[in-house]
Amino acid sequence: MKKGLSVALRIAVGALVTASGAALAADPVRIGVIAEAQAIAGASIPQAAQLAADEINADGGVDGRKIEIISYDNHSSSADSVRAFQRAVNEDKVNAVIASYISEVVLALEPWASRLKTPFVTPGAASNEISKSVHSDYEKNKYTFHGYLTSAALALSVCDGAKDLLVDKMHMKTAVIMSEDAAWTKPLDIGYEECLPKIGLKVLDHIRFSPDTTDFTPIFNKIEGSKPDVIITGISHVGVQPTVQWKNQQVPIPMFGISSQATNETFGKDTNQAAEGVLYQGVSGPGVAVTPKSVPFAEAFKKKFGNYPSYAGYTAYDEVYYIADAVKRAGSTDADKLVDALEKTDWEGTIGRVQFYGKDDPFTHSIKYGKGLITGLMLQWQDGKQSAVWPKDVAKVDVKFPSFIKLSN
Amino acid sequence: MRAFQILIDGFAISALYALGATGFTLIFGVSGVLNLSHGAIMVAAAVAAWAAASILNVGTYAGALIGVGVALLTSFATYFAVVKPIQDSRRIPNEEKEIFVLTGTLLWGIMIQEVIAYLFTNNAKTVLPIVEGVVEILGVRTPKNEIFTAIVCCFVIALLWLLVNRTRTGKAVLAASMNPRGVTLLGLELTNIYVVVWAIYGILAGIAGVLLGMFLGVSSYSVGPLTASAFSIVVLGGLGSVSGSLIAAFVVGYLETLTAYLVSPAYRTIPALLLLVFVMYIRPQGLLGRR
Repeated sequence: MKKGLSVALRIAVGALVTASGAALAADPVRIGVIAEAQAIAGASIPQAAQLAADEINADGGVDGRKIEIISYDNHSSSADSVRAFQRAVNEDKVNAVIASYISEVVLALEPWASRLKTPFVTPGAASNEISKSVHSDYEKNKYTFHGYLTSAALALSVCDGAKDLLVDKMHMKTAVIMSEDAAWTKPLDIGYEECLPKIGLKVLDHIRFSPDTTDFTPIFNKIEGSKPDVIITGISHVGVQPTVQWKNQQVPIPMFGISSQATNETFGKDTNQAAEGVLYQGVSGPGVAVTPKSVPFAEAFKKKFGNYPSYAGYTAYDEVYYIADAVKRAGSTDADKLVDALEKTDWEGTIGRVQFYGKDDPFTHSIKYGKGLITGLMLQWQDGKQSAVWPKDVAKVDVKFPSFIKLSN
Repeated sequence: MRAFQILIDGFAISALYALGATGFTLIFGVSGVLNLSHGAIMVAAAVAAWAAASILNVGTYAGALIGVGVALLTSFATYFAVVKPIQDSRRIPNEEKEIFVLTGTLLWGIMIQEVIAYLFTNNAKTVLPIVEGVVEILGVRTPKNEIFTAIVCCFVIALLWLLVNRTRTGKAVLAASMNPRGVTLLGLELTNIYVVVWAIYGILAGIAGVLLGMFLGVSSYSVGPLTASAFSIVVLGGLGSVSGSLIAAFVVGYLETLTAYLVSPAYRTIPALLLLVFVMYIRPQGLLGRR
């Protein structure tokens, strides 16, 4: 009798488990998107994620499950982001999180991804520390993925571009590094200091300034004093003000490097076209066919939201796709299975071919940099538009500068 | 060469500070209101000028006028929606009204800031300069716009001086700042004088905001620092004293420029704040303060 009861109980439990499994299969895959909705670079993140989800859903979803994007505005604040992350996981039951382009915010979220065991990808932060922490304590931090280039890779990308464009073509010899004081620029500056002399650009001076700076006159003045051929930039929190003042004061030295705000199409209007001539590193750009997916995405984005996406828009769009792909390969949204599947990602997105560095690489879970994967490109604002100038296979136009730029060679 | 650079850059920024702080101190002098939404009104003016010129394509001059107009409207809104109801309230004890006005205008400023960030993002905006290009002055490459900024600031301040000292309305304003009760006894309606002062204030803050937008650019983040800098200039100069504010604006402007050039741009605001603390110790009423 007792045995009969236990068998019946087992059958009942089994039926329940099967039933809940079936219910799960029809449940949507929920992705939380925490981003700086009020900043030029961050605003594209939730928009691009939603666009990707809409496309996947129109195509039938992931094994019949729809993708649901739940967005949270973090007001560029770490504290707001942590609250949003907790809410996303505990109340809104998301399966994965895409968050932020600010390194400080991502570094604050990383321990929460570990505590709440939720796969988490950043579309735009760059600090080396994000993936270094995954490497140093893999079991704990394996939930974090770095869906954008590390500062070290960004510095390499800028140097690769500078070698072809500035050193080989324009015979430049000297540079001054100008970067904002933030977590992501520390490793960037180390990268710059290391790779610029290697490509033949002597670093004359290195200026780090507070992101609160409003008057850049003394900074440009100091830079001009050391007479460099080029200013190598590392700016993201600031962008409009140095660019406009560079033009208004007619600083005769070109700017080349990372300028995150310049990656968004609205930058032209925000600077009243003072951006003309600014050279910046990007992972993709309007009209640039990095892969066959890049241009259709940029155009679809512009059609829906009225402007081309910032760099973090491209990466966020790809992220939704490869998270969906990982869910499909894992056959589940279980966090650990999803992490395993994400590690095996090999996805051709809008920025190139996305793969992640493994457990034994120093930048564990960061996207791989290199030929055939992601190399980045250099773009320039020309005639009010963003045009690719490097590498050669995607370049549309030659570098040209406004008349106030005086090239020394 | 560097000395000239500091002299020229310092003058432009000081003149701008002076213009921004004059309205702020005038309101305090006449009606005892410390308007903590000051920065928000300046930013609203600059962002409106930017939006009108680059989204609605109305042109630079019309854009600048719209910017000043928006500041005027925001200034009236501040007075009629925030300050006046508190001053007229019978439920708030008189001695607590100042605190209520401080809190009210602070919150009002944050509301304006959030609306701007919501509508136009929190990234910086710059107003297209009315005059472009650069000229060499004493070997210093100076943007014409910087000279234009300095001239407009001095001109507007001179105009304000004429208005206050040479017109009937201005004299009433001056009288109200000296003795409000006396003015009412003379048969002048105090509320009307307040409206005039808020109008002058709105126009001054608007011009300062638009010029700042042209000169350096502003974002919704600038709201706090702008209020703080006007506040410290006014406290340094002596609350309510217009000429004290003018002197203080130049002291702060040059001190900041000197620090930025000779020490580091990162420490720009620190010496001026230290000076403020020091002045508070030895002369709490400020440089030219009366109370």
